[in-house]
Amino acid sequence: MAVRNPIYSALALLITLFHVAGLYVTLHAEFLAAVQIIVYAGAILVLYLFVVMLLNLRQDIRYHRQWPMAAAVGVTLVIETVILAAMKGWTAPVVATGTETIVGETGNTEAIGDVLFSTYLFPFEVASLILLVAMIGAIILAKKDIGEREA
Amino acid sequence: MIPLSYYLLLSGIVFLTGVIGVLLRRNIIIILLSVELMLNATNINFVAFSQYFHHVAGQVFVFFALTVAAAEVAVGLAIIIALYRAKSTINIDEFQLLKW
Repeated sequence: MAVRNPIYSALALLITLFHVAGLYVTLHAEFLAAVQIIVYAGAILVLYLFVVMLLNLRQDIRYHRQWPMAAAVGVTLVIETVILAAMKGWTAPVVATGTETIVGETGNTEAIGDVLFSTYLFPFEVASLILLVAMIGAIILAKKDIGEREA
Repeated sequence: MIPLSYYLLLSGIVFLTGVIGVLLRRNIIIILLSVELMLNATNINFVAFSQYFHHVAGQVFVFFALTVAAAEVAVGLAIIIALYRAKSTINIDEFQLLKW
C-alpha cells in the first residue's frame, strides 16, 4: 500500500514539483516556475535524497496508531473540498487597489522585481536573514562534536 | 481560461495528501516531504489568486514561502541527522522524551 523506500517518495515528490511548475506556467507566473524548478528540484530534493542515502535505512516503515485522528482530519478536509467544489455560483470580490504593479503590464519577472524591491523590500531582507540563520543552525546541528558532548 | 475553483480543488487535494502523510506515516523524512507537499499546495493557491485578482503580491509571497521552505528543509534535515546519531532510528515513535 505505502511505498516502503523513501527514495521513491522523494522522486514522486520531484515529479509533483515539476507539475506544479507547469501549473505556474499556465497561470502566467513564468518566473516562479523557473524558481520552483531551480530551488525545489535543484536544491531541496537533492538535499532530501542525500539524507535518505546517508541514513540508508532498512527498517520497515509502518503507519501510525493515530489513524483515527488522521481519518477525522481527512474527512473534514474532504467535506470542505466538496463544499468548495459545489459553490459554483460563488464569485470572489474584485479587488481594485491599483497602487501595486499589475501582472501582465510588463514582463512577469519585471513586475515581481518591481514589487519585491520596493513594497516588499523589508520582508526581502528578513528572508535573507532567515536563510543565514538556517545555514548557521544546520551547520551547528549537524556538527558531530557538539551533539556528543551535550549528550 | 481554467476556472479558479479547479486550482483551489487541486490545492485542497494536495494539502489533504500532505496532512494525511504527516499524521499517518512514521518515517521523519516522509513527514518532512509531506510538509513540502502542503507548502506547495498553499503556493498553488497564492499563484492562482494572484492571477485571478491580477495582483502580483501573491507571487511575491510564493517567493518568500520558497525561502522559508528552503530554510525549513536545511534545519529539518540537520535535526534528522542529529536524531539519527542519538538513537540510530528515524521512527518517530522512538522519540518520546517530551511525552508525559
